[in-house]
Amino acid sequence: MMRSKRFEKRAERPVNKDTFVQEDASLGLVVMDSPHDPKPGITVINGRITAIDGCAQEDFDTIDRYIAKHAINVESAAEAMAMDSVLLARMLVDINVPRAKLMWLMSGCTPAKLCEIVSHLNVVEMMMAMQKMRARQSPGNQAHVTNWRENPALMAADAAEAALRGFDELETTCRVARMAPFNALALLIGSQTPHGGVLTQCAVEEGLNLRLGLKGLTSYAETLSVYGTDEALRDGDDTPWSKGLLASAYASRGIKVRFTSGTGAETLMGYESGKSMLYLEARCLLLVKGSGAQGVQNGSISCIALPSALPGGVRAVLAENLMAASLGLEVASGNDAMSSHSDMRKTAKLMLQFLPGTDFITSGYSSMPRKDNMFGGGNFDADDMDDWLVIQRDMQVDAGMEPVTEKDVLEIRTKAARAMQTAFAKLGFPNITDEEVEAAVTSYASDDMPERDLAADIAAADAFLEGPLTALDVVAALDQAGFEDIAANVLAMQKVRIAGDYLQPAAVLDRDFETRSAFTDRNAYQGPGTGFRLCGEHWERLSAIPQARSAAEMVPQVAGNPGIRLQPIPVPAPPSEGEVVIAIGPAFAGKLDRVLCGLSHGEVLAALIEGIESKGMRARIIKIYHTADCGLLGFEGARLSGSGIAIGVQSKGTTVIQRRGLAPLNNLELFSQAPLLSREAYLQIGANAASHAMRRPPSPVPVKVDNMARLRLIVQAMLMHKREVSCIVPGKSAVEMQAFHDS
Amino acid sequence: MTADEDSKDLRRAPRTPAADEITLENVRLGKITPEDLTIRRETLIRQAVLAEQEGYPQLGRNFRRAAELTALPNDVLLAAYERLRPYRATYFELLALSQEIAARYDAPETGAYIREAAEALNDKGLLKKDEPN
Repeated sequence: MMRSKRFEKRAERPVNKDTFVQEDASLGLVVMDSPHDPKPGITVINGRITAIDGCAQEDFDTIDRYIAKHAINVESAAEAMAMDSVLLARMLVDINVPRAKLMWLMSGCTPAKLCEIVSHLNVVEMMMAMQKMRARQSPGNQAHVTNWRENPALMAADAAEAALRGFDELETTCRVARMAPFNALALLIGSQTPHGGVLTQCAVEEGLNLRLGLKGLTSYAETLSVYGTDEALRDGDDTPWSKGLLASAYASRGIKVRFTSGTGAETLMGYESGKSMLYLEARCLLLVKGSGAQGVQNGSISCIALPSALPGGVRAVLAENLMAASLGLEVASGNDAMSSHSDMRKTAKLMLQFLPGTDFITSGYSSMPRKDNMFGGGNFDADDMDDWLVIQRDMQVDAGMEPVTEKDVLEIRTKAARAMQTAFAKLGFPNITDEEVEAAVTSYASDDMPERDLAADIAAADAFLEGPLTALDVVAALDQAGFEDIAANVLAMQKVRIAGDYLQPAAVLDRDFETRSAFTDRNAYQGPGTGFRLCGEHWERLSAIPQARSAAEMVPQVAGNPGIRLQPIPVPAPPSEGEVVIAIGPAFAGKLDRVLCGLSHGEVLAALIEGIESKGMRARIIKIYHTADCGLLGFEGARLSGSGIAIGVQSKGTTVIQRRGLAPLNNLELFSQAPLLSREAYLQIGANAASHAMRRPPSPVPVKVDNMARLRLIVQAMLMHKREVSCIVPGKSAVEMQAFHDS
Repeated sequence: MTADEDSKDLRRAPRTPAADEITLENVRLGKITPEDLTIRRETLIRQAVLAEQEGYPQLGRNFRRAAELTALPNDVLLAAYERLRPYRATYFELLALSQEIAARYDAPETGAYIREAAEALNDKGLLKKDEPN
């Protein structure tokens, strides 16, 4: 077959490295509306649910049995299940229906009903609904902090930077499970270094996880995975009741709990029985709710590539986020595992959560480079942070990350790594060297870190776990080492546990350790003018990215050195046939000194004159005061030119060749993209102007091809033009100038 | 229970004065113990009431079970979780566990929850078979 070169080129694009598969419900390859999904229905007899979605209680599996008893609200079920799903879908989008009303109705819905409702929404409507239904009014974000060398100084430094960048929660895990106590400790110390209140967790096996919490090293857990079929749940080695008890167990120790579920997990495990991924996720969410967990991380999480391979997969992932929020659950909305090879596709998917805002936009933003991400890479990582910040600034959206300066980052990383070093020394753990601390501050990734004795670290971590030391000893060690502020913050993290406020739905702590949750920061969105608005001081902070420069910095108020001095000629000679006029703008070699391509005004004039003279003509320099417009500069110059030909030059370098008698915008040659010109170009423009005067054919002017020039220099061009406009003197006549080149 | 008189006061006292005592100064004086930094049964009940008032009945019930579980030692707590996983316990072991937790730790809601699990897991064949004697 013939090959199209365009098809060949496109085949190499990142998006074509992604996998796409056709729907096949018999294999579970369907995100929503599988023909095997049941129809919504409920039977309630004497206040007990006896059938769900066409399944009678004698046929209930353990999940049906659990959600019938614990999750579905019998009081609202009759009303909600009798309502048209389209009407409920409209209510989700309707700004006049408050969140609480919908939460009550949704609490009476069965899994199939929940699916039917969201199936009526397109993604824009889902985003509208998400904006209203998320639990906490202020959106937030979570970061992953890991490194494959498991260097404690680097981990503390990374945690400190992530906290400085405004993440509300930090999650770590281990390459070697036995390092968990040290990783949790590094995360705790680092997270409390720039300010207090950041929640932390270490994702490890439940027993170990709970023990870390008991030592006061962690404040939340989100390792509790549930699945939407009995078989998958059993393969996950749990029952609804074991997970439920675990949720209570964590709460009994003051640890915030979030479950994990997401589309595609059951299909991957081979037990989806032909049901759609979203239907099974709806069952998971009711299981989560029935257990009394305050929230869930969903959005397919590590399975994301599976729904993404199917039609409508990314929409289904937003649908599951929305479903969870509508049930009153906190949602950490995925965007953590690699979802595509294509940056364009990844960003498009991200916007579905980024724009409406969720409780946590990502279930873990990789705050370090991908290679150090022990959760299997990260969808967005340290290299992408500036893009994230710029998109927030573009959209005036808070997606949970704050701009920082390199200086502040270096300072806070140093402080955290030093604190970790001294805490290790005081607690009798293996030495952290000065060399490690220094490397932890500036390193790109853990490849740059000196090696540690892993065996010694593991032995010490084991002893730490088994021994009597707790977070209180960490507080004392930091305090004695002179890190009183970090010690106070770590202590405050213990203190808030006593109050238990951060167990509330969607709870995070602010920098004063006050809880912001669904109870204290209620999402009151009801349309424009309500709910979370990024404005005032907060908006100023998020928009102040360090790359943004002031106008004065970009185009200095006092021009430097134009390389030329212009002086009026007291008695100008009369116009002659052998001349070409160079008509310069009012700021030329005055308030401005340089054109956009970088040449000084002196160099530009010298090139133009040389070009004109190369054809045997003479240049006459005339400064125009009454206009800054390029066309009018040429027009006015041509009017004054003995040959009728003039070159109009704006101070930013935009140039035109004009003939007397032509309308201002109807010129001989226009060079509208000043950044693309050069000395050679100005030389040829001079020569061409002379050729036009002599009625000879002009030659092509060499112009660089750079499609990004306008993009790069548009602000500078605008500021320079603004300066030139400010130099206009209305009614002032043109003045012929004599040029004195600096030598 | 190792709680001395001080920490008993802390448990009964309303949250603010108790929290006031958790200071860096008191840590330096050795007046704070890890026990002082644990969440109390009463606190979890208060969170449960709040959750129920806010329209989160399941969260409330979870906090009520959690309030009861504050009395369980860590190893007992982890063992109870382990028992509720698939094929870990027999029907009668779960019933015994339910009674023990309810009676010994004043945890009726947790006891009922474990009994409910025993019935459900039994019906679905998710229990360990009784050891033949």
